[in-house]
Amino acid sequence: MDASALGTFLQYLINGITLGAIYGLIAIGYTMVYGIIRMINFAHGEIYMIGAFVAVTTFSLLSALGIAAVPLALLLVLLVSIFFTAAYGWTVERIAYRPLRGAPKLAPLISAIGMSIFLQNYVMQTQGSRPKPLAPVMNGGINLWQGDGFTLSISYIQLFIIVLTFALMVGFTQLINRTALGRAQRACEQDRTMAGLLGINVDRTISLTFVMGAALAAVAGVLVTMYYGVIDFYIGFLAGMKAFTAAVLGGIGSLPGAMLGGLLIGLIEAFFTGYISGAYKDVASFSVLIAVLVFRPTGLLGRPDIEKV
Amino acid sequence: MATPIETKLKDSAAAAGLALVLSIPFIGLHTISTDQGLVVESRWSWVAWAVGLVFIGRLLLGFARDALAARAASRPKKQAKPVAAGEPTLAARLTRAFMAVALLFAVTLPFMPYSDRYIIDLGTTVLIYILLALGLNVTVGLAGLLDLGFVAFYAIGAYSFALLSKFFGLDFWVCLPLSGLIAALFGALLSLPILRLRGDYLAIVTLGFGEITRIVILNWQSLTGGPNGVSGIPRPGLFGLSFDRRPPEGMGSFHELTGIDFSGEHRLMFLYLIVLALVCLVAWVINRLRALPVGRAWEALREDEIACRSLGINPTASKVSAYAIGGMMGGFAGCFFAARQGFVSPESFGFIESALILAIVVLGGMGSQVGVVIAALFIVMLPELGREFADYRMIVFGLAMITIMVWRPGGLLSTRVPTVKLDQKGA
Repeated sequence: MDASALGTFLQYLINGITLGAIYGLIAIGYTMVYGIIRMINFAHGEIYMIGAFVAVTTFSLLSALGIAAVPLALLLVLLVSIFFTAAYGWTVERIAYRPLRGAPKLAPLISAIGMSIFLQNYVMQTQGSRPKPLAPVMNGGINLWQGDGFTLSISYIQLFIIVLTFALMVGFTQLINRTALGRAQRACEQDRTMAGLLGINVDRTISLTFVMGAALAAVAGVLVTMYYGVIDFYIGFLAGMKAFTAAVLGGIGSLPGAMLGGLLIGLIEAFFTGYISGAYKDVASFSVLIAVLVFRPTGLLGRPDIEKV
Repeated sequence: MATPIETKLKDSAAAAGLALVLSIPFIGLHTISTDQGLVVESRWSWVAWAVGLVFIGRLLLGFARDALAARAASRPKKQAKPVAAGEPTLAARLTRAFMAVALLFAVTLPFMPYSDRYIIDLGTTVLIYILLALGLNVTVGLAGLLDLGFVAFYAIGAYSFALLSKFFGLDFWVCLPLSGLIAALFGALLSLPILRLRGDYLAIVTLGFGEITRIVILNWQSLTGGPNGVSGIPRPGLFGLSFDRRPPEGMGSFHELTGIDFSGEHRLMFLYLIVLALVCLVAWVINRLRALPVGRAWEALREDEIACRSLGINPTASKVSAYAIGGMMGGFAGCFFAARQGFVSPESFGFIESALILAIVVLGGMGSQVGVVIAALFIVMLPELGREFADYRMIVFGLAMITIMVWRPGGLLSTRVPTVKLDQKGA
């Protein structure tokens, strides 16, 4: 393999990891909610879209106020977006899912689809249907390697996405493994009735799960806004579907699985687009998913689902 | 038992506070693209409206709940009457009566004086959705296998007819069974990799199947025309009679032969009657299938897969046949859709269609055919009725879906009763 081919490969790798990091962040929301109440939160993609819209509004507001220092602006945007998006996540659970605990399995799914339709059109009506372009927030990058007529580079924003995602994932794993809240969540995941009997506030734990999932989706929304520089009310559907695929690929219900799945989907997309064809990249992701599920019906890191009689 | 008014006021205030938080970034502020980039504008009066509406709405909801609870408490609990075996229940008789009336209404609809183009067209749309939902009902309602990509079969049926007529010049009546067969084949194909999967894993794989189908149609330009679609699909004729003013070469025309004055509405009426006949046929076939071993096996599979295995039912065959037969119905609907539009493009086959069809099945109460009819009416008519609020109708539609599910989680008519049941045990 000559140098420029290797360079191209590494460039796709960097792009793929960046994309995968974002998918992973969204996928965690799916996987946590699934783990705890066994439902597919179809509206999660819209939650991420809401995060992106809050980010755009906040960025514009800050620039109007004259706050130009990038680190400060970024921190504020992240906090504001997380706050409002988490509020949406909490409300969605309260309105559309909590009344349906213990209902037939498909009822929350339909309710989620209704919520997704609602949120999409709500944002379209209140914010307009045209794409929102945002001036680039972070420019420049590092040239990692310069060869004959080829440069391998990682932009600051890519670096930021990868580092932030990694930090969040580490922090999050600690949160689940070490804190009382994480313990309560794991208890509810295993047996909700028993957890309730032992004094865990199940409703509150579930609500917090939605809030945490929404917060991570908000971060993903902010990152995407900065990375692509343009968003519209429809981005939630596609991203949600990819993240859901990622969660299932990694084994739904498993946190490391969601991260791994996200990364894999990002890499598959980047390499498939780069080497074969951009038009069929989603076909490639789904085909890999199906192939994996044929051999491992509960995903890569999922626990085998033992059915008891 | 009524909660004191103070609690209600507090509750409503909390809801209003939440509404305030939620509405600030979306209703209160919005960005507008200008030459200088995005500019933020505010609409605080809208926020005030939203908060006020939520406060009043929540308060009214609290009172309504109390009133309902009081009424339920004052009414004596009804004892379920044991039903003698073999005797149709009241519900079953009501269902039959409703079906008869609905059928009579449906058959006479196009001939009624008030029926104009719009009504007949709308009726046709409702019937297409009923057809689709009946098909999906086989997979989801009867066999209990979730399918989020049902639109794939719809698309395959539509494109089968479009392409067969384009490349081989086949007409509607030849293509109808062919489309069904092709879609059934794809259904069987789809079911193979997912035999071992359960519940939610099925959801994503079927969703993926639907998306793969759409993407392939969109990008296989040389065969499907890509985003431009296929146009010039021939209209169905009646025994070689065309409904066009000037029939194509070698065909007679309906208005010349019968001596009735030409009217474009005849073609619409004819299409309507075709799909009505299709719906009746499909509903009847499914009802017969339910009484056959394969239908019994589907329902048994839905109730308990392990028990099925131990009783010697072949789950593989049951699953494959459920997807194939459901897919076939979807294929019929697609073929008809192509004939009606005269044009197909990938746009018509997005995920939202799958979601709507699934919503019809679930809203109707899984497994219930009457439920499907009512839910299809609802799902198709609601956005139509809301035409005046064009912009807001999808918002209302989403909310309505949530409200109905919360109100009746089992669907409008929840009759998930197995066709065969032992006397002692409840479903």
